[in-house]
Amino acid sequence: MSIEIKNLTKCFDGVKAVNNLSLEFLPGQITGIIGPNGSGKSTLVNLLTGVIPFDRGLVLLGSDTKLSKLAAYDVAEYGITRTFQDARLFEQMTVLDNILVVLTERNLFSAFFERHKKFHLDEAEKLLTQVGLWEKRQALTANLSYGQRKLLEVARTLAMKSEIYFFDEPFAGLFSEMIKIVSGVLVELKKTDKTVVLVEHNMDLIRELSDTVVVLDAGELLTVGRPEEVLSRKEVVEAYLGE
Amino acid sequence: MDYFIHLAILIGIYSILGVSLNLVVGYTGLLSVTHAAFYGLGAYVVAILLTAYGWAFWPALLVAIIFTGLVAFLIGLVLSRFAGDYYALGSFGFNIIVFSIFLNWQSVTRGPLGIPGIARPEIFGVSFGDNLMFLGLVVLLALLIYLAAEYIAHSSFGRVLKAIREDEQAIQVFGYRTAYYKLTVFALGAMMAAVAGGLFAVYITFIDPSSFNLMESIFVLAIIILGGLANNKGAVLGAVFLILLPEVLRFVGFPSDVAAQLRQVVYGLLLIVLMVYRPQGLVGEYKL
Repeated sequence: MSIEIKNLTKCFDGVKAVNNLSLEFLPGQITGIIGPNGSGKSTLVNLLTGVIPFDRGLVLLGSDTKLSKLAAYDVAEYGITRTFQDARLFEQMTVLDNILVVLTERNLFSAFFERHKKFHLDEAEKLLTQVGLWEKRQALTANLSYGQRKLLEVARTLAMKSEIYFFDEPFAGLFSEMIKIVSGVLVELKKTDKTVVLVEHNMDLIRELSDTVVVLDAGELLTVGRPEEVLSRKEVVEAYLGE
Repeated sequence: MDYFIHLAILIGIYSILGVSLNLVVGYTGLLSVTHAAFYGLGAYVVAILLTAYGWAFWPALLVAIIFTGLVAFLIGLVLSRFAGDYYALGSFGFNIIVFSIFLNWQSVTRGPLGIPGIARPEIFGVSFGDNLMFLGLVVLLALLIYLAAEYIAHSSFGRVLKAIREDEQAIQVFGYRTAYYKLTVFALGAMMAAVAGGLFAVYITFIDPSSFNLMESIFVLAIIILGGLANNKGAVLGAVFLILLPEVLRFVGFPSDVAAQLRQVVYGLLLIVLMVYRPQGLVGEYKL
């Protein structure tokens, strides 16, 4: 499912963090978003996942859903999920519970009469094994290393089985083995026709993984195109890559 | 012997209060200081229905539970607009409002005069007028509430409560309407507190507003913080500890003219020392 934004705007105390932005993210593609600090990358992800309400604009999902506002608790229903720039995990819960809480019943009444079923556990095992954390399933999340926390957040996101995935700097601070795992997850999502949006500072990874690159500057769209084309533009190189 | 039975009954009643508040504070992370209001509502509804209308204990308790749940739902609707410290302050305000109603709505509550002559319950002709029998009833209800709280804590519902405590916005992004969960657990906790209130009313056979003031809410909060948040055993242990500690201090042998004051000082000091060396409480899983 595609996600398109039209004239999206968000101001903080008069400062336009996202200014009249129009973009489209397509299924079966990884769209990389780059830009200097404060360019509005994470704000854009927060707006499109209901974490921050937008002031103006429209969000179009697929061909028939048009939204002028988006609440955090609605995004899952629209098939949208995300990771956070700084992993926001449920610290005083076990690794396994961080996954089960996403897998199990959302209906309040049903949740009351269920703990989890075998297929929830099987699914949690599959996801935690995929990111190498199954052995840590009974560990308290607060005791995980930085990299393990990032991986757990990726696994929790996968548990949503969504159509649109936003990854906000998922590679930051990861070792090469962990980078391979997360790259593999993104590529697999792309292969299964999901819409993947990747906010990232590592240009090698952006080049390697992205089908399209969006460059933001001060909340506005500077340029968009194929990675090799965008990343070789003089103004992008000078302003954002420092190369 | 009667003295020990009395203490055991109080431990049972405060265990119910501790376990029920633990669902709200320990598991969900909502720092509520309204619990004495719900405790009082349960006590007053039971007392009024028994003394003024001649109801039997069990239907009166049922009405008290439902009524308290409805009031908690309405209070919870307002409190759901707050978070963190503001939530605590808001709940503080509601405790004061309910206490003022107990104190000033004299035509119903008899105000500071209180309601005397509340009869002990009877079931199928078996009277609970005897304290040992009454202890059996308290233990039974406390056990049922403990098991209900354990069930809730270990259900999917309970897992979501913990996630709300850890990061409410993050769990919302995964499709949970957290306001409903918070309202539900708040009302459930209040309904359990109403059971404690009903038991207290028929045990003491007299109630007045002073038993349900803000200090009482803080005392129940101290029980769960001391026992250990997000652990039902901790709530019971906290009740045992805080009910027995002042009794133990009676036997320390302070000079009689300042004994009461010194007991309070030592009581306070012991709590401070415990919190310094064991901030997560006796068996807690979570620290405020």
